[in-house]
Amino acid sequence: MGALIEFQDVCKTYHMGDTIVRAADHISMSVQQGEFVAIVGQSGSGKSTCMNIIGCLDVPTSGTYLLGGRDVGQMDKNELAAIRNQMLGFIFQQYNLLPKLTLLENVEVPLMYAGVPRAERRERAKIALELVGLGGKLKHKPQQLSGGQQQRVSIARALVGEPAVILADEPTGALDSHTGREVLTMLQKLHDTGNTVVLITHDNSIAVQAQRIIRLEDGRVVYDGDAHAPEAVVTPGAAGKGAGQ
Amino acid sequence: MNLAETFQLALKNILASKVRTLLTMLGIIIGVCAVIVIVGLGNGMQGYIEDSFADMGTDSLTVMIMGRGSSRSVSEEEMYQMVEDNSDVLKQISPLVNMMGVVKIGSDSHSSTSITGVSEDYFSMKGYEVAQGRGIQYADVANRKKVCVVGQYLNMAYFGGSAVGQTLKVGGTTFTIVGVMAAETDDLEEGGTDDCVFIPYSTAARLSFTGTISSYIMTVQDTDHISEAKALVESKLYRIFSDDDAYTVSSMAEMVDQMNSMVNMIIYILAGIAAISLVVGGIGIMNIMLVSVTERTREIGVRKALGAREGAIMRQFVIEAATTSALGGVLGILLGYGLSKAATTVIAALMPDTPITVSPSVMAVVLAFGVSSAIGVVFGYLPAKKAANLNPIDALRYD
Repeated sequence: MGALIEFQDVCKTYHMGDTIVRAADHISMSVQQGEFVAIVGQSGSGKSTCMNIIGCLDVPTSGTYLLGGRDVGQMDKNELAAIRNQMLGFIFQQYNLLPKLTLLENVEVPLMYAGVPRAERRERAKIALELVGLGGKLKHKPQQLSGGQQQRVSIARALVGEPAVILADEPTGALDSHTGREVLTMLQKLHDTGNTVVLITHDNSIAVQAQRIIRLEDGRVVYDGDAHAPEAVVTPGAAGKGAGQ
Repeated sequence: MNLAETFQLALKNILASKVRTLLTMLGIIIGVCAVIVIVGLGNGMQGYIEDSFADMGTDSLTVMIMGRGSSRSVSEEEMYQMVEDNSDVLKQISPLVNMMGVVKIGSDSHSSTSITGVSEDYFSMKGYEVAQGRGIQYADVANRKKVCVVGQYLNMAYFGGSAVGQTLKVGGTTFTIVGVMAAETDDLEEGGTDDCVFIPYSTAARLSFTGTISSYIMTVQDTDHISEAKALVESKLYRIFSDDDAYTVSSMAEMVDQMNSMVNMIIYILAGIAAISLVVGGIGIMNIMLVSVTERTREIGVRKALGAREGAIMRQFVIEAATTSALGGVLGILLGYGLSKAATTVIAALMPDTPITVSPSVMAVVLAFGVSSAIGVVFGYLPAKKAANLNPIDALRYD
């Protein structure tokens, strides 16, 4: 079997009035099972589009996206929902916990849509929350928690379904640097235990925590390689000029 | 996520904002309550009508003979014979002669008193009791005696409770009071049931110069087969007259049926008007559900990102709407029962003579609950569709 995530010439275009915006412009890349990859780019670079496509929230206009060898572009909405449920764990910048539910219930949500029976669901959600160090606050509501704690809940929610890919969209964006580092450490730990982690960020200092960096600019891949190579962190503007001319 | 869990989730969301939910349900509550009270009132009126007609005897047939010209008519003997010949169906008969006249007691005149000529069987047919003296007897009828039985009202108001042996005048003819009827109603009043005089029908016929008796009352052996009895009498009369315009046979039970169907029609119209409130309530629910979908756009986005199918989101919102309106329906039913009880008490206090019991029918309750739940489903559909169709990317970005 090939790569876990594979983009083959993926394009995504939007119509904004009369102009056509190429949010993804012939992107080809792949992520192997067990990798920790950061997709970096400034706003407008197409990283959000990339993340939506990887996350099966959107489908490419042209090109092929294979997730675990299956062509996502050909799927209908319900199949996409099922793929999201089984293959992907989302971590959002704004945590996106459901405010009326307890932490335990929040973590149970993906399992509920997967049709896992209640008792098993409860047990697995509890284990996931214990894993992120919140085993003692199962009955709390999200508002009773700090930002860092809420983000840990959302990590637990991403983990609980044992997805193939954990997709983190600016996971530290709403956190101070200290708690942000905690969250990153947790992502690294997940990677160490064999999970595939895809991190989307605009921040180089966060991106270097990953093994590999894919840098996007104007919808194109301008760098794809080792996170610790000097070219990985060149200022985007300079790289953009270089690539453009 | 199965149905029971969706239902629990809906209840949780509904109870999270109690005031809003209550206001949303108000239209349904009022509509269901109004329908139940109106139908209950209708049931009460029907019950009242049936009770009051049962007193008049639902086991009796009234026969009116118009005759055909002057050539053909039917005599009392023929009528008596008819009852005798068909004693398996018909029980008793009495001619009825209603006299237009003024009763004079001493120097007091009473135009409100009903004067009726009847046979000796009439009291037993109607279940009237004689309290003092005796009733009309065969000998009185046969000999056209000038005797009468008076109602309790006349007895109490003019004879101080000892009317037997006294006299009164009808149209200038003096009658001797031989009996007093037991009181039929609790309050004796002028023009009421107890303001009456009964005399032998033969006497009455002679006094009012009616050659033949034109009105009869018959009782039947079995109340359940009153329609058959009526048909039988009609066919016998047709054999005599060969013209169905020459007579009419009517039963009290039929009149009750007719009145009931009239009451029913009025109730259906009123309940229909009240049901409009249910539609308005449904629109209220739709309105709030649309607001709720907008408010919870982000939640919907998150749920979709985590793997909720469109069907699951759809179901969640439809069930929430249906639960809201069904809950409103239950509250409406409870309120309806409460109001029915209160209305019964108020009616009893305001109109002691017409004790109408407002009794909601189980049928109306079941229907109200069913309709209110259905309204939730129908009016919840549009907002639920809107929620299910939200694009998860946009929904996640929504503030």
